Amino acid sequence: MNTFIDEVKATPGGENVLACIQCGMCSGSCPMANQMEYAPRQLIAMIRADLKDEVLSSNSMWYCLSCYLCTARCPKGVKPTDLAHALESLATQQGYRTRGNNNPEMYRAFVGSIKSNGRVHEFGMMMKYYLSTNPFAALKVAAVGLQMFIHSRLPLKATKVKNRGDIPAIIKKFKEVRSK
Amino acid sequence: MKYYTYFPGCSSESTALGMSISLEAIAGPLDMKLAEMEDWTCCGSTPYGSLDEMESLVIAARNLALAEKIGLDMVTPCSSCYVTLNKANHHLKEHPQLMAQVNEALAVAKMQYKGSVKVRHIVDVLYTDIKPESIAAKVKQKLAGLKVAAYSGCQLVRPDYGFDHVEFPDKLDELVRCLGAEAVNFPLKSRCCGSSLSISETDKVLGLMEKLFANAAENGAQCFTTPCPLCQTNLDAYQSLVNAKFGTHYNLPVFFISQLIGVALGMDEKSLGLDKNIVSPRPVLRQLSEVKSGT
Repeated sequence: MNTFIDEVKATPGGENVLACIQCGMCSGSCPMANQMEYAPRQLIAMIRADLKDEVLSSNSMWYCLSCYLCTARCPKGVKPTDLAHALESLATQQGYRTRGNNNPEMYRAFVGSIKSNGRVHEFGMMMKYYLSTNPFAALKVAAVGLQMFIHSRLPLKATKVKNRGDIPAIIKKFKEVRSK
Repeated sequence: MKYYTYFPGCSSESTALGMSISLEAIAGPLDMKLAEMEDWTCCGSTPYGSLDEMESLVIAARNLALAEKIGLDMVTPCSSCYVTLNKANHHLKEHPQLMAQVNEALAVAKMQYKGSVKVRHIVDVLYTDIKPESIAAKVKQKLAGLKVAAYSGCQLVRPDYGFDHVEFPDKLDELVRCLGAEAVNFPLKSRCCGSSLSISETDKVLGLMEKLFANAAENGAQCFTTPCPLCQTNLDAYQSLVNAKFGTHYNLPVFFISQLIGVALGMDEKSLGLDKNIVSPRPVLRQLSEVKSGT
């Protein structure tokens, strides 16, 4: 049977998890570490202790900003940023739900927009996201949205790519090939 | 004239309209031909890889395949597209078996990716190919006296595609200086603005922006410049929220580097999309023209 470490290593971005020497450079560099249930160094230790449920249901990786500061500084080439995305991806694929972080819903709205238009329609994506989480949260940032709208930066109409039908076809085929 | 395949990225059509408008305006005068790829889609960006790391490679690869057919360097002005496309490109080249699977999938749309595309950032092109000294030679209105915080942000320099120092980059500063402006000391120049978590976890990232404003302001900056669509949107559109939360009074315009270059080339507000900026750049620009006319 595959261990959790094997799953992580087989996901793009998770390859180098065993190289970690637990120095803590990643946690010390991360601008969001104080928001996470487990800071990056601890999360890596938990992966290696095979604490799959705890890791994949945590909010830690969902706070990653992709600033790559940990990756630039890691002395062992672990690439904790890519590892965070690998964990997000595993959590999503395996149906883990995280507590107290809205990022997964926003990412779903974002990817949904790509799948239907070929490109991200930012206005549609944001509306979908706020309706699916907390419409009242939208009120707090309404002033930002309004300014963006007034300055023509949130067009209501989506650009649809001509051959956007390619995308579902390519994805479908890729899934078939991968499961062979 | 230098020729490139241009990958604008989704934000170029909406939140970063000022970026695409200004880039188009300065390309000709700087002898760049940016030919937009036909039928490009989103690169996938961080969200796609976060929900499905494998599938995101195919989304990026479709765009790489389209660029490969043209054969020129693929240039994007978006830092997130730059990282996403580079990451997929490197990963596929390092994993030939995966590349073969991706190609089997692309074949349903009669596409193929061999792995030959070079993905570059527009700042790299401006610095390396066009060069600060030839930009300087074309400057019509020197931005003398303008104090700018040159904000590279994260993904122009990290993880590391070899363009500039990963923590203390200086090439954006050089582009600012070649326009006659002053690039102020700005130690946080490559620290994160909060990225797209400004949408999903707004309250938790406003503090990151506040640090950037504070650091720029204490070093005398009158404005920011950045190449990154998300950095520009966060610092520009969320500045009022930062002020409300922290009781501050920042009023710092955030120029795209292409807008700032355009101003120095003597172009007008409208053709540089400066009317799309939320924190108005007019007071700063007015001061420039007063210096010039000696009033």
